[in-house]
Amino acid sequence: MAHEHKLEIFRGRWKFKSNTQKIWGVLGFLTFVTLIEVVLGIYKPDVLMHTWMSPFEGGFFATLGNILFSPIVYMKPLNLIFILLTIVKAYYITWDFMHMRDETGSMRKMVVWTGVFLICYLIFILLQEGGYVFEVYNGTDSLIKRDF
Amino acid sequence: MDSTVATGTEEKTWGGGNEPLKASYGKMMMWFFIVSDALTFSGFLAAYGFSRFKFINEWPIADEVFTHVPFLHGQELPMIYVAFMTFILIMSSVTMVLAVDAGHHMNKAKVTIYMFLTIIGGAIFVGSQAWEWATFIQGDYGAVQTKGGNILQFGEYVTVDGEQKFKRVSIDDIAIAQESDRAAHERKNGLWFVDEATLPPYSVNEIYAGLMANENVLVRNQLLDENGHKTVLSRAESLKQIKENGKLVVKGANLQVNEYGTTLFADFFFFITGFHGFHVLSGVIINIIIFFNVVLGTYERRGSYEMVEKVGLYWHFVDLVWVFVFTFFYLV
Repeated sequence: MAHEHKLEIFRGRWKFKSNTQKIWGVLGFLTFVTLIEVVLGIYKPDVLMHTWMSPFEGGFFATLGNILFSPIVYMKPLNLIFILLTIVKAYYITWDFMHMRDETGSMRKMVVWTGVFLICYLIFILLQEGGYVFEVYNGTDSLIKRDF
Repeated sequence: MDSTVATGTEEKTWGGGNEPLKASYGKMMMWFFIVSDALTFSGFLAAYGFSRFKFINEWPIADEVFTHVPFLHGQELPMIYVAFMTFILIMSSVTMVLAVDAGHHMNKAKVTIYMFLTIIGGAIFVGSQAWEWATFIQGDYGAVQTKGGNILQFGEYVTVDGEQKFKRVSIDDIAIAQESDRAAHERKNGLWFVDEATLPPYSVNEIYAGLMANENVLVRNQLLDENGHKTVLSRAESLKQIKENGKLVVKGANLQVNEYGTTLFADFFFFITGFHGFHVLSGVIINIIIFFNVVLGTYERRGSYEMVEKVGLYWHFVDLVWVFVFTFFYLV
């Protein structure tokens, strides 16, 4: 069986001579990303601990803006960085360790689009609902008491 | 590909034998399984997110929960051990992918070595997770649970490098033993057909007496302030809370109580890392089976090491899931 490997990552900015070298290169990159996460997680820089933007106030367009900018309006920058770095790691594990880079385009799309679509849907529904339940518990007119 | 039975209709579009995705049946089915398993794990993690959003202003702080490293007693080192575990798993993913690569070159000796290293990596990971569980179940400072199910922890302000810091105090250090008639119920001293779980190490009264005696010890509750720290109560309020609301002394965590805060945190931790650990365990077992097949030369005779590749896909998937578990349990 012929096994053709694409031997470049970062859109061709980093080329390797053999598949084995590429594997070690990807390991280096993944370790580097994990290291950044761990260092940020231990030191938690103050700049990244508060949201950079407060939610828009007002009518319909403010709500729309809050939805569009929700990752920076509602999330601490540190958490946003963690999640983005995780997705970067997931990409390289799937593409290079699981050889997704060498599969046909249709195969890639079948796996990735299905997963991404359904996972986004799940996350949206459950987090939305979780936020709602929080309001039920902690809203100004909440009928539930838990501080005893 | 190699095992397709010739039926004489292969040349026709619908005659079978087409591979539009250029992947063998086995590999396709492994991907099929991986996508569905990924959805299962996302369901779990999204449910974790749901519960966390529900208690967003009182969720336990992971850095205060997972602070231990084996052989380094009494030191608070958040993140270090779990980072080590992550590295071990990524490393075993690398040896796996090297095994697959060696398989493509039909290099039996190298496949054997790399498969062996992968199994070792998996075993170290599962062992680390068992240790992590044991430490979590054991607990460290202990707490008092209130009637409403909230957790009250103890600590005192100490000055470190000219800075006021809230340092946790263990219930073992403050509790004052008292006479009590409450004995653990056993089958031999009570109803022979009823069991009772182990009693908590102390009663709330013993803790309250200890709190009275230690003037500088304060109580902190679960609620997070705007800086993400737990709220520390005043001395008067501390005494009042323990006296009026304290119901149960908690040490460690299980599915019913959790000294670190919301019980749901412990439930999800056990469930998700447990389910992942189960995947790692089954991955190790499958890897061992494949390892012996490699050693026996099964794939050498078959002329293809594709089986190693399929198992490799599963193994990388386990690593992929861990990357997300790591982020959502320990980092975010």
